Amino acid sequence: MKIVVCIKQVPNTNEIRIDPIKGTLIRDGVDSIMNPDDKAGLETALSLKDSNPEITITVLTMGPQQATAILREAVAMGADEAILLTDRTFAGADTWATSLTIANAIRKIGFDLIICGRQAIDGDTAQVGPQIAEHLGIPHVSYVSNVEPKENYLLVKREFEDFYQKIKVPTPCLITALSSMNKPRYMRVGRIFDAYRNLEIKTMGQADIDIDPEELGLKGSPTRVRKTETKQAKKSGVVLELDAKESAEKIVTTLAEKYII
Amino acid sequence: MDFSFAKEYEVCRSMFRDFAQNEVKPLAEEVDEEERFPAETVKKMATCGMMGIPIPKEYGGAGADTLTYILAVEELSKACGTTGVILSAHTSLCAVPILEYGTEEQKQKYLIPLAKGEKLGAFALTEPNAGTDAAAQQTIAEDCGDYYLMNGSKIFITNSGYADIFIIMAMTDKKAGTRGISAFILERGTPGFTIGKHEKKMGIRGSSTCELIFEDVKVPKENLLGKLGRGFGLSMKTLDGGRIGIAAQALGLAQGALDETISYTKERKQFGRAISKFQNTQFQLAEMHCKTEAARNLVYKAAWKKDQKQPFSVDAAMAKLFASETAMEVTTKAVQLHGGYGYTREYSVERMMRDAKITEIYEGTSEVQRMVIAGSILR
Repeated sequence: MKIVVCIKQVPNTNEIRIDPIKGTLIRDGVDSIMNPDDKAGLETALSLKDSNPEITITVLTMGPQQATAILREAVAMGADEAILLTDRTFAGADTWATSLTIANAIRKIGFDLIICGRQAIDGDTAQVGPQIAEHLGIPHVSYVSNVEPKENYLLVKREFEDFYQKIKVPTPCLITALSSMNKPRYMRVGRIFDAYRNLEIKTMGQADIDIDPEELGLKGSPTRVRKTETKQAKKSGVVLELDAKESAEKIVTTLAEKYII
Repeated sequence: MDFSFAKEYEVCRSMFRDFAQNEVKPLAEEVDEEERFPAETVKKMATCGMMGIPIPKEYGGAGADTLTYILAVEELSKACGTTGVILSAHTSLCAVPILEYGTEEQKQKYLIPLAKGEKLGAFALTEPNAGTDAAAQQTIAEDCGDYYLMNGSKIFITNSGYADIFIIMAMTDKKAGTRGISAFILERGTPGFTIGKHEKKMGIRGSSTCELIFEDVKVPKENLLGKLGRGFGLSMKTLDGGRIGIAAQALGLAQGALDETISYTKERKQFGRAISKFQNTQFQLAEMHCKTEAARNLVYKAAWKKDQKQPFSVDAAMAKLFASETAMEVTTKAVQLHGGYGYTREYSVERMMRDAKITEIYEGTSEVQRMVIAGSILR
């Protein structure tokens, strides 16, 4: 079984500060990390491999050369192979052009299961995973919190706010993982040394994926950003420690006072 | 000259830091309070490849080096001195000497499970009457043809309550002085070998420190480690490496106490402002930071020299002397800057101060380190 895990390098939002005058992100000195939902997706693949050593895991990311850091991290955690999708023509891609690029790369690589994170903490669209599945014409299940491999299909648990679904999905398929579904393992010391000293990261560019450059990057992106604005900081909330009944009453009165209900 | 780390060291350090903050720090208070050996943490360290960092891959290790291992001990000790010394004693005092002096059969049988973290290691030199005077060994191992017959006892043996594999020093020729001491590998459960009293200590209270008792223990001939009569030299060389580990533990304790104190002094208000705004606090913190950084440079340099296969005994002695005395000084100042709160068990600097004291004593007291250093410059 071949699992392809799509990962993205994102700024560590825990450390992000906003320039008070320009209203933009201060990126200097902010670490880049593997997107948390993607890391949970990688852990899912690794735990499937723990119980079935015949599984091979390929991690894939699209981005500039700096993004190899998360590929090395993924291999240090236990992935078998790392691929960087990088090309000037990929720059400026929205979710449509990104998913088209990744889908075509994955078609070349081959797969039985694709795991993406639910969404990235920088863009928060949750679109790329499902779009990859649509481009490839395979079923997908989003918001997955558990995966059980069965004969010819996967039994997956799909989370909603107040209920869940158990879905049988035939392979090949794609799932998008929730960061809450597991606790990703640590890198192994020996694998860190290998990942930095010996690992060869394969790269794929426009020439490797057979797509017209017009459909890639900014040119291939139908999304147009009309305006961006910075949300004003809200006042800090009030924490009250009350029992359930008192809490409910307090919430209702407060909402009524503000004419919300 | 280049003081920067290659990327793999930075990534390892950041992994050790995450591990220490998430897995070790939350247990540190309980481990101390209940004098509990954190066996579950040791298992987790094994899954990250931390139990055999400087051991080559063919023997189950990570294939990294002393410097990487030192970074691990430092980061663990920032959160918990007990966990730092478990790794240090296991690696420096048990796995490394088997790597350096063991036969191929001994490496296959003992080193691989040690490096994989399936087994825990310990090292036994100290006896009731052989502390700093380590040559005064009274444990004997008599050649009985097919085996050695071991009798005697050891005290203050780190990891001993939980260790599976022990390196034991014993006299094989009483008349030959230090040339009559040999090293042996002994497995837990060997008939006649028992673990005695567990010591109640001032600090590193979760570390398992017990006495070992040997009553007519038959040690197989093939368990002689290194050459017959060369155990004293093996011990001294092993302790040279071990001292870098203890220096790293001391460094971690100093840095941990400094970090706690920086955040505390920024939050604690007296006379209407944070105490970090007072010049006395600033000067104390500056001094603590300088000494910790100086200790770090000595510790890393000693590790680097060992990795470069250069003589490192004096560097290890200087690193251990300076780092352990710095740990004592910095943790004491940390308690002082925390005031009354620092004296309570609510705050971790109290534990760190108790943990720091042992680093001036074990694996060669500060006095022994001074003898080694002075000896090297007065030759």
